[in-house]
Parts: sequence; structure tokens; C-alpha cells
Amino acid sequence: MQELSVRHLLGIKEITPQDIQLIFETADNFKDVLNRPIKKVPSLRDITIANVFFENSTRTRLSFELAEKRLSADVINFSSSGSSVKKGETLLDTVNNILAMKVDMIVMRHSSPGAPHFLSKHIPANIVNAGDGTHEHPTQALLDSFSIRERLGEVAGKKVVIIGDILHSRVALSNIFALQKQGAEVMVCGPMTLLPKYIQQLGVKVETNVRKALEWCDVANVLRIQLERQQMKYFPSLREYTLYYGIDKKLLDSLNKEIVLMHPGPINRGVELSSDAADSHHSIILNQVENGVAIRMAVLFLLAQKG
Amino acid sequence: MQKRLIVSHQLLEIMVMRLCHQLIENHGDFSDSVILGLQPRGKFVAQRIQSTLASILGKQVPTGLLDTTFHRDDFRRRDTPLTANATEINFVVEDKKVILVDDVLYTGRSVRAALDAMIAYGRPANVELLVLVDRLYTRHLPIQPTYVGRKVNSLLSQRVLVEWKGQQAEEDAIWLITKTDE
Repeated sequence: MQELSVRHLLGIKEITPQDIQLIFETADNFKDVLNRPIKKVPSLRDITIANVFFENSTRTRLSFELAEKRLSADVINFSSSGSSVKKGETLLDTVNNILAMKVDMIVMRHSSPGAPHFLSKHIPANIVNAGDGTHEHPTQALLDSFSIRERLGEVAGKKVVIIGDILHSRVALSNIFALQKQGAEVMVCGPMTLLPKYIQQLGVKVETNVRKALEWCDVANVLRIQLERQQMKYFPSLREYTLYYGIDKKLLDSLNKEIVLMHPGPINRGVELSSDAADSHHSIILNQVENGVAIRMAVLFLLAQKG
Repeated sequence: MQKRLIVSHQLLEIMVMRLCHQLIENHGDFSDSVILGLQPRGKFVAQRIQSTLASILGKQVPTGLLDTTFHRDDFRRRDTPLTANATEINFVVEDKKVILVDDVLYTGRSVRAALDAMIAYGRPANVELLVLVDRLYTRHLPIQPTYVGRKVNSLLSQRVLVEWKGQQAEEDAIWLITKTDE
């Protein structure tokens, strides 16, 4: 009988390789549930989950909400726009008010790194981090690794390059931790201005030439240029970025090997990925979205068990 | 810990053979019947029933595995965590006669969860329950088996263990285990 080593999923950094394996094995079973005629199980029927989103989200919030409903949990949704947060309420007060309504778990997205960690020290509910600023996005990294495992059989020993805006990306950091814990080799690739200064200290390779990076890798995880997080110009223009770092079908075909192409979404078509590359047989982007629900069901189920 | 043999491997073989003939009596050529073994331990019983039926009938009866983890009613109430197992059902359950198979029937809660889990795959024509061991007077729910290998009187503190050759055991056997204060 196995269980997670943690009560909250705050980041990949805090969990063990065994935790990751347990989440994957549980997600395998939930993926099976999602392919049945009746895609719902009663496991969390006595649990209430609040999705607390202080930052915009489409995919992650829908995916969490669907995962919660497939597990029969009661779900309440909160988004900071149109709430009392605008009237000056603090994070802790907002969440304590939600908990006063007898909520068992909190799924939270926040623009400040460490917000879920802060919360976990002050409230009794289980917390799942659905993205905290530029810090971590653990469920995204788990579903990325789960999708690699599904396509290539295993993650250990694989070479994975993360391409794009590493500086502003929580997906990149969580992916680096997750991939390294499973024994994969990781490289980051992007313009020097979008690579954090001391990123090598995490034990990753650094490359600025996208062709060399693609020739090295088995899997390329392409990230979006997050213009909304950039407070200054990191490169002259989007057109120039596309010219040097954009991936299209021609570039993929010119490699003398098959690689797997991933993207956490939302894609800026024509910027980091061309349409013909995003829709090619290399791409497992929609598998990632499908696996997201199974992974989130596994995380919620295993955390609920910890109480 | 005291371990008392209640069914030897010779007896277990006869017992399985008898259960198979009882099944044939009710299901004929099994054209509308399927077997579902309850994970984790009903799997071995289901496989044994399937292979014995194959030796008598000369055909493989469709056999699947059903995991009840997500349908259990003791989630978050147990001392030990639940771990899910694979569900493998490669046939349609709709309108079939389903034979649920498990090793030991105790409180009946696993069978209740199994009935719930099975409905997610379709509406069967009818459902029967086959168990190797029926522990008498221990039921929490009004659930009774259709086919029984052996009825056993036991204390709540005792445990019935079914072992299979090749599954960390040298011989097939059924044991009654009594915990003693050492």
C-alpha cells in the first residue's frame, strides 16, 4: 500500500520520485475510467473542493474542474475578478472565508510565487498549486512527463529540451525538477535574455541555437512567449524571435530523426510554433490536454486520502 | 500467529472443478456469459475458473478484471491507503450474464463496490457471485453468494488467506490465520 509523502502538492521540488510514480500509476487507472461509457467514479463524493484562481486560466481551470467532477467532488469556483479581493481583502482572509464554508481542498493559482506555500502554513485544507507566478506549475509538469512516458515508454534516459521563455516560465521550472527526478537529461534553449542567469546550477544544459537543440533531443517542449509577464523588451520583435526560435514543419523534416513535440498551451500559432508543426504527427499537444484530466484526478484522489 | 490449513491443494482442485460444473449447469455454453474477477485477489480465482472451464468446454469464456478501488465506501476511513489496480474488460457487459468472482466473501462491501463499478460498463442481464470461501455471520450488507467453495465459521480477529502456486506460495491452499499475542 503506497501513499504520497506530502499533504499538499505545492511543487515538484517537494515530492519524491516514488510520489511521481504513484501519481502516474494512479493516473493510468483514471485514464481507463475516462474511456468508459460512464466516466465518473464516486471516490470524492464527501469532499468539497474550491478552485481559487487569482490569475486567468482556461485549460488548467477546466481540467481541474472536470477532474473534480469525474471524482464526484462538490466544486466551487472563485476568480479574483469581480470578488472582494478588489475591495482590499487579503489572501488569507479570502481563503479562510472559503474554508469557513467547510471546504476540504483548495486548488489555487496566484500571480505571486510562494502564495500556496504561505497558505499551506496557515490553513488545514489540502492545497494543490495550479501555478504560482513564475515559480512552479506541478500538475503541468506531471502531465508532460506522463505524456512522454505514454509516447516513448519511459522518461528515464530521454533527452528533453525546453524551448522559449524560460525566464518567465513556471512550466519550465517544474518540468526541469520532474524530468531530473525521473532520470531524464534536460536542456533549455532560448535567447540569452530569456534564460535565467544561473540556470546551469540546476544541472541543465544551455543552448541558444534551436537547430542544435532539436538535433540533440528526443522531446521538445515548446513554451509560449509570455508577453504579459515581460516588463521590458527581451528581444527586438516577435518576427525576429520567430525567425530564430520558431519551429516549423520544414525544420522538423530537416532533422534526421523523429522527435516528439509538446506545448503546454495556449499556442501562439506562427510565433513559437507554426500551424503545420503544431498539427503534425510529431505533436502530442492534444494528448497532453487529455492526460491532464487523468493526472489531476490522480493528484486529487491521492491527496484526499492523506486527509 | 497460528496458521491452520482448511483446504489442501487436492481439495481446492476438486472444489474448483465442482464450481465449474455448477456454472455449466446454469450457463450452458456460456454464449451470453462473462466472468469478472475482482482485483486484486479475485484475479487468480477467475483465471483458474477460466482455465478449468476451457479444459471442460474446449473454449475460452470471456474473462475480465474489475477494480473497485474508486467505488469503495471506506475511502478516507481506513488506516491504510487504497491502491488502485488495473481494470481489464475487453468485452461488452451490456445484456450479459455476469459472474463476479472473488476469493473470500467477508463483509460484502467489496462486492457492493464491485456492483457499482460494473454498472459503469453497462447494464448486465443478471449478476451472480462466486466465491471460494464464504465467511459465515460476518456480513455488513445483505449480499449472498450464488456459488460457494467452502463455508467457514471464523472469528472477526481471524483472517482467511487463499494462496496460489507461483504467487509467493509453493502450493495452492486455503488457510485460517489466528493472530496471537507474542
